[in-house]
Amino acid sequence: MSVSTAPESSARLNYSPLRERTAAFFGRHIIRVIGALATVYLLLPIAVIVVMSLNKPAGRYNFTFNEFTLDNWTNMCGPYGLCDSVALSLQIALGAALAATIIGVLAAYALTRFRFRGQGMANILVLLPMTMPEVVLGASLLTLYVNVGIPLGPVAILLAHIMFCISFVIIVVKARLAMLDPSLTEAAADLYATPWRTFRRVTLPLAAPGILAGAVLAFALSLDDFIITNFNSGNAMTFPMYVWGAAKRGVPPQVNVIAVVIFLVVMALAVTMSIVATVRANRSR
Amino acid sequence: MVSALSAERRRTLAPYLLLAPMVVWLLLFFLAPMVTLLMGSLQSGSFSEGFAFTFEVGNYVSAVGAYWPWFLRSITYAAIATLCALLIAYPLAYMIVFKAGRWKYLLLVLVVAPLFASFLVRTLAWTTILADQGIVVEVLRSLHILAPDQWLLASPTAVIAGLTYNFLPFMTLPIYVSLDRLDKRLIEAATDLYASGFRAFRRVTLPLSLPGIVSGCLLVFIPAAGDFVNAQLLGSVDTQMIGNVIESQYLRALDYPMASALSVSLIVLIIGLVTISMRRSRTNEIL
Repeated sequence: MSVSTAPESSARLNYSPLRERTAAFFGRHIIRVIGALATVYLLLPIAVIVVMSLNKPAGRYNFTFNEFTLDNWTNMCGPYGLCDSVALSLQIALGAALAATIIGVLAAYALTRFRFRGQGMANILVLLPMTMPEVVLGASLLTLYVNVGIPLGPVAILLAHIMFCISFVIIVVKARLAMLDPSLTEAAADLYATPWRTFRRVTLPLAAPGILAGAVLAFALSLDDFIITNFNSGNAMTFPMYVWGAAKRGVPPQVNVIAVVIFLVVMALAVTMSIVATVRANRSR
Repeated sequence: MVSALSAERRRTLAPYLLLAPMVVWLLLFFLAPMVTLLMGSLQSGSFSEGFAFTFEVGNYVSAVGAYWPWFLRSITYAAIATLCALLIAYPLAYMIVFKAGRWKYLLLVLVVAPLFASFLVRTLAWTTILADQGIVVEVLRSLHILAPDQWLLASPTAVIAGLTYNFLPFMTLPIYVSLDRLDKRLIEAATDLYASGFRAFRRVTLPLSLPGIVSGCLLVFIPAAGDFVNAQLLGSVDTQMIGNVIESQYLRALDYPMASALSVSLIVLIIGLVTISMRRSRTNEIL
């Protein structure tokens, strides 16, 4: 987007060269300055989390940097119940991602490859949970569980997480399916492949990056969910529930270690997926 | 039975069968809970003696009557946070699309990076950044923006800063998408027709990125209005939002009818505000 300043255009407009140059300077740089500041703002808390994971707190509260130590990293599971909570969170996140991906892929396939009555309604139904504040989703599930008699705990959390992950999976997978060339599936059908065979041999492999992205997104959302879980957990302790409980009496620095590890793992997954997607896109071009 | 169905029948049934798991799941764990929430908001009784459906509309009167300041505070904080997020996200997304060059994808990863750091832990990180002896407070005091006896933590500023930060990626991403999809030749055409850079931005780029702005505002405002985590971790008793009230009514006071009435009121309030602002932004040509 370089705006060429041809001599005749500056002669035609009654701008003094100085004013034009200042305006051009601002146009060129102010946006970069703001962008750079915004990036710092986005990353500052992450830097703080990393630094405070290397802190030896003076008292119970890990708010101010006291003394450098690696103890928190070598003794990750030190605080009672911390690693158990991480294990529970991982189990729920795996289950939620798996179930939501299966349910979501089927629905996304139906919504992109078929024209049928009630399609608009189905699309709206998918979006509805995302338009609700999480407090309301969590609270309404609590009223349902209490009324029906489903005990609060890991299963209740899992059912809730699958519910809100489905919408995200569908949106990601739908975007990927919409990008695919429909002539490929038509070709398969012309060559007498059954719909199921076409789906398994053509659509599924082509949509794989989108499906993987949806699954990782569901996994990350479930792993980090606090607000809905808070209403449905009963006595079950997921990692966010552990942090919430600890926040009142002082969060142990190992929580930061776990947060950094989760951050790095999810980042690595996301970056790998985007690199693979870029390479594949370049190769097929 | 299945073999008796003709191929044609099977094809028309296929999308419904594929959709069935999703529909059933959302019926059971999204719509049914909404119905029990609505029914629950019209019940009376207590947790120990049991609740009974009595069409108790009074719950709404007492919920809104007692807690309207919390509703007002939630809406105000969420609106300010949405505005702040827009002011930060728009230049950021603009830079990523038009100025970042080969850094584009790295910057995009950095934009979503905060979402990968635990929500609660990154909110707690703000208690370190805004701490009373921290660098932000020191700088603001030396600039006389903060008086020596003032602080940031436990103030509305901290809560709004936390809300802005936590939901910023949801503003940046839709704006990024709408700017990235924009046909760059339209801007070139505007400048070729001697529109100044600013004029081209105001008349071409901004209107065309409006869908991104609208969905970004929704994605920030809705979760921010219902949030209670930022108010709890960064605020004080005076900065409690309606989410805090709902949470404590359900989980501590166990007053389900009151809490359900508050939740339904929150939904109605949000939907109302969103519809009004959407309608206004469509009729009034923005800028």
